[in-house]
Amino acid sequence: MASSDETRLLVSPSHCSSYAAAAAGTAFGDPRPSCSHGAPLMSPHSFHMMSKTACISPQVSDCDTQTKKENIRSLTMCGHVGFESLPDQLVDRSIQQGFCFNILCVGETGIGKSTLINTLFNTSFEEHESSHFCPNVRLKAQTYELQESNVRLKLTVVYTVGFGDQINKEESYQPIVDYIDGQFDAYLQEELKIKRSLFSYHDSRIHVCLYFIAPTGHSLRTLDLLTMKSLDSKVNIIPLIAKADTISKTELQKFKVKLMSELVCNGVQIYQFPTDDETTAKINASMNVSPPASPTPMNIMENENHCDFVKLREMLICTNMEDLREQTHARHYELYRRCKLEEMGFSDMSPENKPLSLQETYEAKRHEFYGERQRKEEEMKQMFVQRVKEKEAILKEAERELQAKFEHLKRAHQEERMRLEEKRRILEEETVAFAKKKATSEIFQSQSFMASSATVRKEKDRKNFNYM
Amino acid sequence: MDTLRQSPSPCSSRPSSPRTPPFEMFGPVGIEAVLDQLKIKAMKTGFEFNIMVVGQSGLGKSTMVNTLFKSKVWKSAMPSLEVPTPQTLELHSVSHVIEEKGLKLKLTVTDTPGFGDQINNDKCWDPVLGYINQQYEQYLQEELLITRQRHIPDTRVHCCVYFVPPTGHCLRPLDIEFLRRLCRTVNVVPVIARADSLTIEEREAFRSRIQQNLKTHCIEVYPQKCFDEDINDSILNGKIREQIPFAVVGADQEHLVNGRCVLGRKTKWGIIEVENIAHCEFLLLRDLLIRSHLQDLKDITHNVHYENYRVIRLNEGSGAVAQVVERSP
Repeated sequence: MASSDETRLLVSPSHCSSYAAAAAGTAFGDPRPSCSHGAPLMSPHSFHMMSKTACISPQVSDCDTQTKKENIRSLTMCGHVGFESLPDQLVDRSIQQGFCFNILCVGETGIGKSTLINTLFNTSFEEHESSHFCPNVRLKAQTYELQESNVRLKLTVVYTVGFGDQINKEESYQPIVDYIDGQFDAYLQEELKIKRSLFSYHDSRIHVCLYFIAPTGHSLRTLDLLTMKSLDSKVNIIPLIAKADTISKTELQKFKVKLMSELVCNGVQIYQFPTDDETTAKINASMNVSPPASPTPMNIMENENHCDFVKLREMLICTNMEDLREQTHARHYELYRRCKLEEMGFSDMSPENKPLSLQETYEAKRHEFYGERQRKEEEMKQMFVQRVKEKEAILKEAERELQAKFEHLKRAHQEERMRLEEKRRILEEETVAFAKKKATSEIFQSQSFMASSATVRKEKDRKNFNYM
Repeated sequence: MDTLRQSPSPCSSRPSSPRTPPFEMFGPVGIEAVLDQLKIKAMKTGFEFNIMVVGQSGLGKSTMVNTLFKSKVWKSAMPSLEVPTPQTLELHSVSHVIEEKGLKLKLTVTDTPGFGDQINNDKCWDPVLGYINQQYEQYLQEELLITRQRHIPDTRVHCCVYFVPPTGHCLRPLDIEFLRRLCRTVNVVPVIARADSLTIEEREAFRSRIQQNLKTHCIEVYPQKCFDEDINDSILNGKIREQIPFAVVGADQEHLVNGRCVLGRKTKWGIIEVENIAHCEFLLLRDLLIRSHLQDLKDITHNVHYENYRVIRLNEGSGAVAQVVERSP
């Protein structure tokens, strides 16, 4: 910034601040030598030029107009404040938290994925050889905790099992895409939770994808091209030529060039190493020119002439790990998040083109949902009431029938009863008549009996008397 | 609202990846280099720090800020005759970018002129709380956008320095009320202002009485005990807690003492050096705020206070910011 250099000339050279606020435009016209830009001067040298016990002259009017014009301006300090320890504080906190790095290795079975990882991290993770006969592509993830001096790294390595082994490879790359999306989704869910704990969340999003290309020497296979194309917007891809010791160096060079041109031709975006910082630029620039790197098995691994392996390790771990993580979070994850949320129906602008917040959309959706639910409830209620009415009608009908029957029966009974009553009455009358008749006849009989019995008795007595 | 900050030890929430013990590596791999990468990234993006000073007028808040950052953040607040003391509490915010050894810090200072100056100071904390919550709200809205910015500008208040007037007795009801409400929303660091008006014994007695008051009213000031993660933290923070509140003196004039140029206040009987630990505890405050705990202040604000606010906010739905303020007591 030429402007800030200019202002610096007005100030004593021991001063190390940068006047970013040159944008205000009032800096250069300031004729006062001991203070530029309206901000009071703080360099120790110029301070001593002024009287020792004087208050630092405020240049009040300028300050005010300055702050009114812009919100942020740089300030110079007249002493050591001490916040250059800030990065150290940051580093301390990160050490406490630990780091997390997730690598996805995509490649055919037997191409050397686990060997490479073992070599990269200078250790031997247990890996069984996988079979060639898997029906579909699976992903296998394993987490390891590595520690170097006081830095703890939680490394997760995901291998593709059975990639490229099937006869029909159309579905080969879909499980990989699904896995990556799944990790993004898990993070998004955690982020959208109301009560969340992002700082202790185990970040399983894939930070880098090492794509192993078989050293055919010719060109990129269709499967590789398709897979890389479907992954390039979701993850940082670094293509590698595997088992580079099986082809000669000149062929290797040609192969590299051919691959790069094919990738560029088809618009596949591979990971571009950042070149804006001097310390890393040199390393990264060379990588940009000659990717992909090619690893070889352990016995000749560290020889730079044989392979680019050392470069790979340096680039992947020593120089760019943080950048890979940041790209994953800031670019790929944000893209996924945006797509997912838009898919769910959220947007930043309402139809009237006013800014809409997630909250409002969510509320609107919730209302809609409740409205829907309410409507459905009403519907069901109506249906229920309808059914009940129908049933009631049927039952009433039945009841009426029964009632009619009952009436009918009752009447029948009534008639029967009356008849019987009648009969009984007649019977009773007859009984009474009979009883009367019986009574009268008995009287007669008794009278005649008395008379006859009297004679009989008299006879009997005479007889008895006669006896005696 | 006692959400404890969980210790950030790695805990696996992915059931599919089995945990294995740390692996032995045959040789150096270079994982340490990630620390340098972090530092480089930090230097490039710079830091942000937002501090708020609260206290009655005349306690030396603006001078203190100037002394802390060794620059003229505010012009000396000498009440001029034309400007009347504000009738209501207003908040003034000013932002600066300061640079030291290649490291840029964007500093935002919020002042509260008029705090506690009225006859009836009831609810004078509401504008302050409102401002703090407004910053949280702004950040939340930015975070909830569909297309987010790469780096959300952080205007949340990381630390609130509360100036206690040097009465020598104990905390006043206004102080207690304010601290009670604020310590749940933001990191609060109380300091005894104008400590040069107290003798050494008075200072100690005042300090212990304040500590007792804080304990009685269950006010947790920074560094909060519940966020200590391990034994080292507890020891370090314990020492700090014993000395809170710091008795500070602010000065932005330099004087010559023993041939050195120091910041201090000159009176008829002598000069009080601000940066002399024997004279006042300004150095402790500065070290706490800037040299050792700045990142921690930001972390607690982000991981605890902001998350608390977010939970309340999302649970209540839209248009409930006012209720959040009401609910604080």
